Parts: sequence; C-alpha cells; structure tokens
Amino acid sequence: MEDNHNPLICNIIDFQSYTEFQGSIFSLWSRGYYPLFLFSSDAQNLYCGMAKDGEKPNVLYTRVPESRAYPSLSADIPAFHILERELWEETGIIPLGHPWLKPLRYPKTSGNKMAAHPFLASDSPSLHEVGVGPVHAGVIEPGHFRFICRGETIEHLEIQLGYQHRGVAKLLEQGDLRRKISLAESIAGDTAIGNGLAYCLAVEALCDVRVPAAIAAIRNIALELERIAMHLADLSALSGDVAYLSGLNFFAALRTTIINSSLAICGSRFGKRWLAPGGVNYGISKEQNKTLRRTLSEARLQIDKAAKALFSSAGVQNRFDSTGSITMQNAIDLNLSGVTAKAAGLVRDARSGFPLPAQADYEVLICETGDVHARAWLRYQETMQSLTMIEELLTRLPDLSNPDREQLPLPVPDRLAISIVEGWRGRIVHVVKTDSQANTEFYRVYDPSVHNWFALALAVRGESISDFPLCNKSFDLSYCGNDL
Amino acid sequence: MFELIKARLGHGYQAIPDPLKAKINEAFPGLPRILSPDREIFSNAAEICPCKAIEGLSIDLGKCNFCGECQRLYPDTFRFDPDFRMASQTREGLIVRWQEDKLSSSVPVVKPDPALAKLFGRSLALRNVSAGGCNACELELGACSNVNFDMGRYGVDVVASPRHSDALIITGPITENMAIALKETWEAIPEPKLLILCGACAISGGVFAESSALDRSFLVDHPVSLYIPGCPAHPLSIIHAICSLLGRVK
Repeated sequence: MEDNHNPLICNIIDFQSYTEFQGSIFSLWSRGYYPLFLFSSDAQNLYCGMAKDGEKPNVLYTRVPESRAYPSLSADIPAFHILERELWEETGIIPLGHPWLKPLRYPKTSGNKMAAHPFLASDSPSLHEVGVGPVHAGVIEPGHFRFICRGETIEHLEIQLGYQHRGVAKLLEQGDLRRKISLAESIAGDTAIGNGLAYCLAVEALCDVRVPAAIAAIRNIALELERIAMHLADLSALSGDVAYLSGLNFFAALRTTIINSSLAICGSRFGKRWLAPGGVNYGISKEQNKTLRRTLSEARLQIDKAAKALFSSAGVQNRFDSTGSITMQNAIDLNLSGVTAKAAGLVRDARSGFPLPAQADYEVLICETGDVHARAWLRYQETMQSLTMIEELLTRLPDLSNPDREQLPLPVPDRLAISIVEGWRGRIVHVVKTDSQANTEFYRVYDPSVHNWFALALAVRGESISDFPLCNKSFDLSYCGNDL
Repeated sequence: MFELIKARLGHGYQAIPDPLKAKINEAFPGLPRILSPDREIFSNAAEICPCKAIEGLSIDLGKCNFCGECQRLYPDTFRFDPDFRMASQTREGLIVRWQEDKLSSSVPVVKPDPALAKLFGRSLALRNVSAGGCNACELELGACSNVNFDMGRYGVDVVASPRHSDALIITGPITENMAIALKETWEAIPEPKLLILCGACAISGGVFAESSALDRSFLVDHPVSLYIPGCPAHPLSIIHAICSLLGRVK
C-alpha cells in the first residue's frame, strides 16, 4: 500500500509549537500543498491537514495560543478563509485580521444569530441590493443569496448558508461509530455513495479491517454510477435553465435509467443502503453484471447523442460560453475541487491523488475556460469516462450475489484516520480520531462545497443577474453538505 | 438540427404509462410485512434499528429509513415488499402492527377525501420547503414532474411561489435555522391549504431525530393532511399518495 492510497492512517502526530505549526503551513502551501482541514474539537488542540495529490498528507498538530487568538492565515492563504470562519464559530478562537469573519452555520450552541451579522452593504445611490432565499423558486435546498447590483449587473454576491444545519458531525460522534452508515449517507443524500464510502474507509481504517478487492471494486462502481447520475441531472437542469427543453428531458430520462440501475442492485435510486462498513450489503451477480453492462452501453450511445445535440445548439452556446468564468488561479487560491476546479484547468482529483482500493484506470480530465460551458462539457466528458471505468470494473468482477460483510472489531485507540474520496462534486474528506478508550474523539466532515461556494460568488461578478440561476446550477453545490 | 432529431428518436417515449399502477423493481424495499410475531427478534431488531422505528410488535414507517438491516438479519420476521403505497392521512396509520386476529400486519391507507377532491381534485399546486433535507427527497419530488413520472398529467404541479400554491410539502427534519422561513412560507399560502410531510425526516426527524439543532414546533399547531414515508420517498409513493387523497386512484 503506497503512502497516498486511501484510507490514510496516522498513529503518531508530532506536536509543534504554534510558531512551528504556522511555519509548516506556509512552507507546505508554498510547495503546492492545500488545506484539507483546520479545526479544534476541544478548543485546545488544533489540527491542520495539508495535502498534495500523489503525496502522503501531512497532519499538523499544536496547542491553541493562550490568548485564544492568532494571526489569521487567510490574509496570506485565502484557501483558509472558510476554515477559519468555521474554527471561530465552533470555538471562539479569533483569527486576527481575517478579511470577513462571519459565522458559517449559525448553530444554536454558538449563540450567533443571522440578524446580528449583516451582509456587506453599500450606500452608493447607483447600487441596489437583491435578496433571494432561503426558500427558492425550485425544489431545492435553502440558502440566502444577497446581490449588490448596478442595474442588471452583479457587482457582488454574498452567500449565507447554515439553514440546513442539522448537527450531523455531533451525531456521528455519539455512540457506536460502526453503526453510522445511515447517517453518513444523509450528510448529502445526493452524495450517499461518496460520503458513505468515505465513512466506510475511515471506520475500517480505525478498526484495522480491509475489504476484499471484489468488494472494493463494487464500491468503485457505485461511486462512478453516482457521478454519472448527478452529472446527467446537472446537464438536464442546465438545459432547463437556458430553456433548452429537449436536453432537460433527454438527460432527465437518462438519469432515471442510471438510478434505476442502482435501485435494481440495492433497492435505492441514490445508492443508500448499498455500502456498509466492512463490505457492501449488495453484490453484483453474473446476471446483474450482464444487465448493467447492457444498460450502460445503451445509455452511452444515447448520452452521446443528447450531448451532441446540446452542445451544437446555437442558443445553448450563446448562454453557456464565457458565462460565469473563474480562473485557474482562483481555483488554486480558494482550494476548489471537483468539476469547479478542473473546468478552470486545475489538474486535481482524489481518484488520481489518493486512489481507492481496486480503482479502475483513471486520468484527470480538464477544461481551461472555467465558464459554464467548461463545467457542462466536463460533466459530459466525465460521464463518458465513468462509463468506461465501470465497464472495466464489471469485466473483471467475479459473480458475487451475496457478499459477506466483515465483522468490525472495536476501533483501535488513539488513531486518526483520513479518507479522501472524489465525489461527483469534488473532494470529500472525513477525519476521525479515537481517544485512548477507543471512543470517537471527533468526526469531521468536509464537503467540497465548503470551499466551492465562494467560486460561485466570484463567477457571477460582472454577470447579469438573470444569469445567476445558470451559474449556480453549473456548480451545483451542496447546502446540507456545507451546513452539516 | 440533425443532432437533435437523432437524439429525439433515441429518446423514444419515456413516460410511465400509468404511475398509479406501475410495477416497481423487485429490489425496492417498500411496505414492510411482519411475518412472525417473535418478541425476542423484535427487541433485537429494535437495538440495531438506526431510526428507532421498531417498537413492540410494530414498525413505524414514519421513522423507518428502509436501510433493510432488520430484514437482512431476521428474514423470517421482516420482509419489505416492492410496494410503494405506504402513505397515510394519520401519523398512527403509518405504524405497521402485528394483528393477532388476522395473523398479518396492518397496511397504511389513504382514503379519498371528498371535500379535498372537490377543491383540488383536478388541480393541486404544491410548494416545497426543504428544511434540513439531504436533497434526496427534494430530488425525488423534483423527479415527480420529470418526463418519466409526469405528475402534471393528474393536475398536480410544483409551483415557484407559495402565493400560487394550494399545499406545502415539507422535506427534511426541520432545522432550527429554517423554522422562521417555513412558518412564513406557510403563511404566504392562501386558504384553503394542505400540509404534506414527505420522507422519514419530515415525519419524525428520521436519522436526525436526536439532533439538538432541530425545531419541529411548527408541526405542533399545524395539522398534517398526508404523510408520505421513505428515505427518500419514491416518486411513485408521492404521486400515489397525493392522487389517493384527491380521489384520483380508481
């Protein structure tokens, strides 16, 4: 097992003084490492994870300074801005000089109220504000968007989330860690496999269990099926947002085909109940294998036709091209991941950076323009790539209808496990540590959306406010994954 | 243009002919049946149930997330049938109980409501509020209007504003931070109006029931017309439940 392969286990973490800790962060950042996490579960010990694709992640560990304040990292490394807001909200530790220190989720325990933290405002007579949400026009999750506009043009967008905060992390920390799969699947129900898999890998690392290659292959198939389904959902919704109704219906029907294939295996269109720590609940029999391959190869032809129609439509091109652009530098600075980052040219993907057990051949695909078109096109390309990956996995998968689940022993005490899974939105990180009694000391979850939301705010600057829904959908970020 | 024609021909006819009578894949875990009233097995199953849905000799569909663990461990006691008709007009009706006199378990039903059928039988506009929903119920509710399920054929549509709607359909366990927006959305819907709860989280809090970040007080003084179980609720469950209430199921 190579150092950078999932899941990652740290038995001993070196303690550093705060000055060394900060120095390490700057040094790693300058060498191309990016932050995975920054938190303190007890308001005393401070952990920071820094990673670089293809390398073993670094876990840095220090004590919170006596003054309960420290010089903000965000001033030099914007990638930390959201993590420092989270740290401050959860513990009260102040990052001095943070550019926009506002709560992230407004949990009751923090005592913070949304009304007490106003939006950025302007008293210029030529600007006006537009507020949208938390309840939106579509059947989607809640969040508030506050625009400052000059006429039709967006000058600034501030995104306020937290409405979906359900205290997931706290619930994951309570009770038997080995019985939390249902909860992990509901961190973001559209990423049940991504989060479920990250949970399984982390728990198995803590319990010293490895699943057989065939089981690991089935997990990879589930992960890629979820990616295909959600990329198709996005292509459908993007078509709808530019009133290209043929695409709306083509891709919606294709998504139905894919998620019904998941249902035929595990009973859920979202892959809920498929995975379990220690294995999978549902295997793939020879017959199911054949059916799935036939379904996917038919779907491939139809996806290709629908995508060719979509991307050759002049009306679609007119709306997609050069709309909502972000740059590769934005992606690096803000620690973006997934299609958001790759569409702007950043070669970063956990499937190549931190491969999963029994993963299929994979090479990172990118686009360079960073606009709505690039994000849509990349979704199409990744869909085709995932189909190929599944085909490869199914070809070599043995007949496995009723797989055995490994019984998990109690977790090993004093161990920290990290799992990094490339979900369809980007990098999902779960960090779990056991204490000396093998109880869960902390369980941290990082959805890619935590970082990626800011990309949306940048993308809409200078755009017409009527293009906001299109830009928003092109990122398709998670509210509940962010709010936890 | 030719690309579009090719795609359209390949697309074919996607609508499910009759969603109210559709057959669902055998793998779908729907309405549970209690096969034997073994108290010891029920008490063991209650221990491992992630939603505390098992109590005495009953399974509460308002809590169940259909993870299937009880059936996997005790297949002679629990069986989840591929039957999506699981909704009820009452909270109590969602509890599937062992009936000693019938030697089988109870089945939730939705009886047509003549008053509602008169008001909304030919047109019902829904407004969704996601209040902590994980986006699975939201996606399934959205799918009800897609080209496959096409709920609009029954005159049931999801609309963009509460001002245009006849019913509020809640997804998610109702977080504290959504409590005010939920109340304001409800108040913005003109009378007469209905309240529908969609999915285990909305009905009982589901896997989040024990979280301290919820505020479910809205449900204390707002009567519910329809409970639709599931994790998430399947589009066929949603459509069947609403059409049953409006007397559209023959």
